[in-house]
Amino acid sequence: MSNVVARGIRAGYHDRVVLRGVDLTAQAGEVVALIGPNGAGKSTLLRVLAGLLRPDAGTVTIDGTDVTTLDRRSIARHVAVVPQVFETLFPFTVREIVALGRTSRLGPLGTLGADDARAVARALDEIGATELAERRIDRVSGGERQRAVLAMALAQEAGVLLLDEPTAHLDPTHQRGTLERVATLARARGLAVVAVLHDLNLAAAFASRVVLLADGAVVRDGDPRQVITAELVSAVFGPGLRVVTHDGRPFVIPEPATVDDVPHARAG
Amino acid sequence: MRTVTVFALLAVALVVSATAGILVGAVSIAPGDVLSALLGAEGTNGTIIRELRLPRVLGAALVGGALAASGALLQGMLRNPLADPFVTGTSAGASLGAVLAVALGLEPVIVPLAAFAGALGAIVLVWRLARLGGRTTVLTVLLAGVVLTSFAGALVTFILVSSDRLALRLRAVLGWLQGGISVISWSELAVVAVVVAIGVVGAVLLAPRVDAYAFGEETAAALGVDLDRTTAAVLATTALLTGAAVAIAGLIGFVGLVIPHALRFLLGATHRRLIIASIPAGAITLVLADLGARTALAPAELPVGVITGIVGAPFFLALLVRSRRVIV
Repeated sequence: MSNVVARGIRAGYHDRVVLRGVDLTAQAGEVVALIGPNGAGKSTLLRVLAGLLRPDAGTVTIDGTDVTTLDRRSIARHVAVVPQVFETLFPFTVREIVALGRTSRLGPLGTLGADDARAVARALDEIGATELAERRIDRVSGGERQRAVLAMALAQEAGVLLLDEPTAHLDPTHQRGTLERVATLARARGLAVVAVLHDLNLAAAFASRVVLLADGAVVRDGDPRQVITAELVSAVFGPGLRVVTHDGRPFVIPEPATVDDVPHARAG
Repeated sequence: MRTVTVFALLAVALVVSATAGILVGAVSIAPGDVLSALLGAEGTNGTIIRELRLPRVLGAALVGGALAASGALLQGMLRNPLADPFVTGTSAGASLGAVLAVALGLEPVIVPLAAFAGALGAIVLVWRLARLGGRTTVLTVLLAGVVLTSFAGALVTFILVSSDRLALRLRAVLGWLQGGISVISWSELAVVAVVVAIGVVGAVLLAPRVDAYAFGEETAAALGVDLDRTTAAVLATTALLTGAAVAIAGLIGFVGLVIPHALRFLLGATHRRLIIASIPAGAITLVLADLGARTALAPAELPVGVITGIVGAPFFLALLVRSRRVIV
């Protein structure tokens, strides 16, 4: 059973501070959605959790171990990151891409063993991508490519799974399919999942907990119904979004701008 | 199955091209005499075969294999289908190192090491320049390579003109610079062979980590690759292979670029398979190109770089057009 705990994270790039003291936890079996406007620090927080960006202050512990004490190989055995993939340059097959998830377990000669082949086959199976295995990654659809990189992260057999906008560039059916799969895996494998999501409705539908970030700080952390509220959405994202409740779940609906919202319209 | 077929064909082609390289030359020698010369017969034929053709064919094979393997490795780590030792200015850096060593009158055995030092300096500089913006783009690598190649070329010309030692052998040195395979002695060949062998082992060991760069450096790190160590190892290995190749063959363009592309098409992208196949494929290509260079204008010789340039440059342009999506 895995968990990731971040405490008092301050981080940024050069002299630009992005995160100003952020706390976040994800327990085994939990899907935590990170939401917030552009520039709030969601992707930066994900990089800190993955040990890819060293925080200026604060600690990240994975299963109780401070990330800064681990080398890349050990971190990769505990934390898997699903990258945003726009294109691949070289004609790897889907199976070869999924096998990249075993990089942290390569032997001294850089070879993979029977365990690794089994992990790859299992990940392909769990993600429903076995029939894609021998296809070329640059010749499959966007949804299939998303499944391939998800399988790659699963093949890592890490307890913590981090996803950066896993549904970007996917149509609504594939958005739903991807998150459904992630939520199921989180429960079945006992994964601690943190996903950056732009779509608040997907966050409300699939996350067990939602963390709202704005300007490098946590505004609220809790059940989707307590975080995605009319008051917070308008305070953080600005006007033009209406929050309604349906089946006990919050829904965010964009409203067309009225004359009152647009000063220029009155002037012209 | 396909992999086995490709490797079998490469093995056959390697034997055929090496045989052709030894049989054919400016002086025509009957196959039976070639065989007895190889087996140790005395006389002019023995000297031509054992001291000229055989080392030359082996030299060409080593150079071709080294360039192709380093091209495959570099393309994988930089995620740049247009990278190779020549285009990145690594070869030019190696030639500067080699020319400097000769001008200073250092032992011939030192020349490959000086070439390695020059190659390492060049590739590290290109990589640093290309990363100024925080990420390596295809275009910056090429631009840095162009600048470095002309800078190193200018220094080489300066040394050639100002060094008395080199002025006497200007024609030979210029021929070498243009990619003329000049194996001086078996001992030089042995040094280069050892360096290439070390480089090849390094490249093959690094290959699976280079695969992890498929989605870029950040993902490679997330998959468990130590970026600093892997980058240093890949750059050093590239410099080792390039330095060895340049020491005996000067500037030979595009072998490192074209061979990995052709093989990727046949064998897929996995770098270990690609690098292992690149070695015989590069060797075959350069042995045949050298054969063409020796016989096309016989008894005059073309530098082999002329042939690879004529064939390789259009290929490079075609790739540039095809991959313009990923250039910036």
